[in-house]
Amino acid sequence: MNSDINIDLSQFHDVFFEECSEGMEVMESGLLNLTSDSDSEVINTIFRAAHSIKGGGGTFGFSEISNFTHGMETILDKMRNGNLAVTPEVRELLLEALDCLRDMVQRSKDKAPIDQDLVREVHEKLEKFASGSAVAVEEPQTERKKKSASESTGKSDVATWNISFYPHENIFYTGNDPFRLIRELQCLGDLTVTINHERLPKFSEMDVQSCYLGWDMVLKGDVPRDLIAEIFEWVEDDCDLEISQQNEIFEQKKAEVVEAQVRTTDVAKTGRRRTDKSGLSGQESTSIRVDINKVDGLVNLVGELVITQSILSRVCDDLGLENNEKLNECLDQLERNTRDLQEQTMGIRMLPIDFAFQRLPRIVHDLSLSLGKKVELKFSGETTELDKTVLEKIGDPLMHLVRNALDHGIELPDVRVAAGKTEKGLITINAYHQGGNIIIEISDDGAGLNPEKIVNKAREKRLIEDNEELTEAQIYNLIFSPGFSTAVTVSDVSGRGVGMDVVRRNMTDLGGVVEVASKVGKGSSFTIRLPLTVAILEGQMVRVDDQIFIIPLLSIVESLQVAEEKINAIANKSELYHYRDEYISVIRLREMFNLKSDDEEEDKAGLLVVVDIGGRRLGLYVDDVIGQQQVVIKSLEQNYQQVHGIAGATVLGDGAVALIIDVLGLAKNNLDN
Amino acid sequence: MANILLVDDSASMREMVSFTLRGVGHQVNEAEDGVEALEFAKGASVDLVITDVNMPNMDGITLTAELRKLESYKFIPILILTTETGSVRKEQGKVAGATGWIEKPFDPDHLLGTINRVL
Repeated sequence: MNSDINIDLSQFHDVFFEECSEGMEVMESGLLNLTSDSDSEVINTIFRAAHSIKGGGGTFGFSEISNFTHGMETILDKMRNGNLAVTPEVRELLLEALDCLRDMVQRSKDKAPIDQDLVREVHEKLEKFASGSAVAVEEPQTERKKKSASESTGKSDVATWNISFYPHENIFYTGNDPFRLIRELQCLGDLTVTINHERLPKFSEMDVQSCYLGWDMVLKGDVPRDLIAEIFEWVEDDCDLEISQQNEIFEQKKAEVVEAQVRTTDVAKTGRRRTDKSGLSGQESTSIRVDINKVDGLVNLVGELVITQSILSRVCDDLGLENNEKLNECLDQLERNTRDLQEQTMGIRMLPIDFAFQRLPRIVHDLSLSLGKKVELKFSGETTELDKTVLEKIGDPLMHLVRNALDHGIELPDVRVAAGKTEKGLITINAYHQGGNIIIEISDDGAGLNPEKIVNKAREKRLIEDNEELTEAQIYNLIFSPGFSTAVTVSDVSGRGVGMDVVRRNMTDLGGVVEVASKVGKGSSFTIRLPLTVAILEGQMVRVDDQIFIIPLLSIVESLQVAEEKINAIANKSELYHYRDEYISVIRLREMFNLKSDDEEEDKAGLLVVVDIGGRRLGLYVDDVIGQQQVVIKSLEQNYQQVHGIAGATVLGDGAVALIIDVLGLAKNNLDN
Repeated sequence: MANILLVDDSASMREMVSFTLRGVGHQVNEAEDGVEALEFAKGASVDLVITDVNMPNMDGITLTAELRKLESYKFIPILILTTETGSVRKEQGKVAGATGWIEKPFDPDHLLGTINRVL
C-alpha cells in the first residue's frame, strides 16, 4: 500500500550538510577533550554525532559518507562500551578520519567527486584499528532490503498462502493491532479471513484490554513469503504465527471458510478508544532560518521607529504639551516599548561568540604537536553574544592571535621548567560585555614580548629611526606595523603573510581596537574591544559651530580643555599638541568641514577630543562636547555618496541629521600628509 | 489523518520524515530529544510516535519506556528509527514497549508503507 509520492531528497541536502558541519564540530571538540579518564558522555556525544551523519548520509544518498562514518562509529562504539581504550593513537586516528570526512562532505556539497584514494587509505586504517581489537567491521546496510521483491519476480505463479495468526493476549500493549496487520495483508492480494474465538473467556472474566481472538487466513496472489513475514515482523514474538504455502488440492476445502469483514475484528479491542484528533497547533522545531536581509530590513525599520519616537517626544515638548499627564504616560510607554523592541530586534542578529572559538582547539592541538609544546586552551564567556557580521570577521584574527601566542609566546617544556613554570603553558580566551562593547582577551603565560628584539627588528626594517627613543607601549605597538615579523624564520605557523597589522586593520574596520600588554617572562595579553553591532553606535555628540557631529565613543581616549597657545603650529599648517608624553596632530573640524569661521567662538578655548586609532592618537578640535547617545547608523553611500572623513549619518531626536566622524579615515589622511 | 509525534535530534531527518508524512496529510509534531518529546506528549494526544534512538538528554528507548508509563500512551504505536541491524537493539526496544522499528536508511515510500501497519 505504498503511496506513490515522489519526493526529491535533494531538497534536504542543504540541511544535511549544515548538520554535518555541526556534527563534525561536535566530534572535533569532543575528540580534543577526550582523555582516558573522560566522562562517558564525551564519547557518547561524539558517537551520536557520527551516528547522525551516518544515518543522514545513507538516507540522503551519500552512501560513501555513510560507509566511511560507519568505520569511525565502530571504533567509537567500542570505546563507548569499554572494549577499546582511549589512547592518543586512536584519538589522532579519529581526528585524521574527521579531516577526511570533512573533505568528503565539502566535495559532496560542491558536487565534486570524492578523493577515493584518500578515503580508501583512511578507511583501511580505521578498519585495521577496529579489527585489531578482534571484532570484524560489519558493513553498514546502505540500501534497504529490496531483495525480497526482486527474488520473487522469477516465479510469477499465483500462490496461495495459509496464514494462522494467534496473537498473545497482551499484544495491544505493544501498540500493535491485529486489525491493521490484517488490513495490510489485504493489500497484498485476495484475502479470506476466518475468526477463531475459541479462546474467548466468559464475559465476566474478560479483560477489555486483552486479545482473545485468533485468525486463520488464506491469501491468494503473487506474493513472496518475505513480504508476508515483513508485515508480522514487529509482532513475531507476541503471537503464534504460521505461514505456509497451500497445495492446489486443498483449495476446495475453502468452502467452509466464513468470509468475515476484517473490520469486525475491531470489536476485540473495545478497551481502546482512539483519541480524537484535535487540531493541535503543531509544535514545530524551536528555531527557524531567516534570510539575513529580512532581519536587516527589520533592524532598519526599528531604527526609523526609534527616531520617529524621539521626534514625537520633542514635538510634544515644543507644542507645550509636556504637562499633559495622559500624553506623557503614553509617550513614556512608547519610549520603553521602542527601546525594548530595538533591543530584541538587535538580539536577532546576535550569536554566542563560541562560534568563533570552535576552530581554535583543533589548531592549538595540531600546532602544539608540531611545535613540541604543551599547552592548555581555556575559554570563558563563550556564551557572550555579538552581532553576526562582527562574529564572522573576528574568526581569522582570533586564530592568528592564538597561533602567535602558541608560536611566539609559549616556550618549549624544558625552557618553561627551567624558568620555574609548569611544563604546560596556558592560553586563555575570555569574552565579556562592557557597555555597548564586547571585550575579548587572549592571554598566554609564555615568554612575553621582547622589547629589545622588537626595537632591533623595527630598526632593521626601517620602521623607526636609529636614535628614536620609544616608550614600552610604543615598542609593543610596533608589532602591529605592516611588514613586521619577529619570528627568526618564517615558520609555516604564523608566517603566512598575515601579520599583526592585518589583525589590527580587521578590528579597526569593525570599529574596534586591539591592544597589547606584555611582561617579559610572564606572558602577553591582547585585548580586542569591539562594538556589539555594526548597526548601532555609542556616540559622543560634539558641536562645531551650529552643527552636531558624532564621534564613536569607543575611539575616544579623553576630552580636554586646551589653551589655544598650547597648540603649536608647525610647517605646512599642521598643528601639534603636547599630550602627555607625545605630540599629537590636531585636526580642527571647523576647517576640515569648511564651516564658517566665527572669530568670537574661536577665541574661547575649545575642547580637544583625543582619539586613539590603532595605537595612533589624534586630537579633534571642537567647540563643545554635548552628550553621549546611542545612534542608528545610516549609510551615507547608500543615500548620498561617500564623503571623506564621514563614516555615516544619523538622525537625532529633533529630526536633524548629524554626521558621524570617520576617525580612521581622518587618521589615515593625516598620516598621508 | 493521524497526529504523529516525530522525535529526532537530526534536523535533516526531521525535515525529511515530516515532509513525507505531511505530504500524505498527516499532522506532524517535532521534538529534538526524548525530554522535549515526553513533555509534549504529556499535554497532547498523539496517534503515533516515531523516535530516533541515539539522542542527547533522553534516548529513544528511555522515551518509549517513559511513554508507556503514561495511561494515555499504553496502546499508542511507538516506532523506533534505528541504524542497528542487530537483534539486541530491537529486543531493547521491545522490552521498553516499542511497537516496531524502522531501519535507517529508508526512503519515503518505505516509511509510508511501514507506518500503515500501525495506523
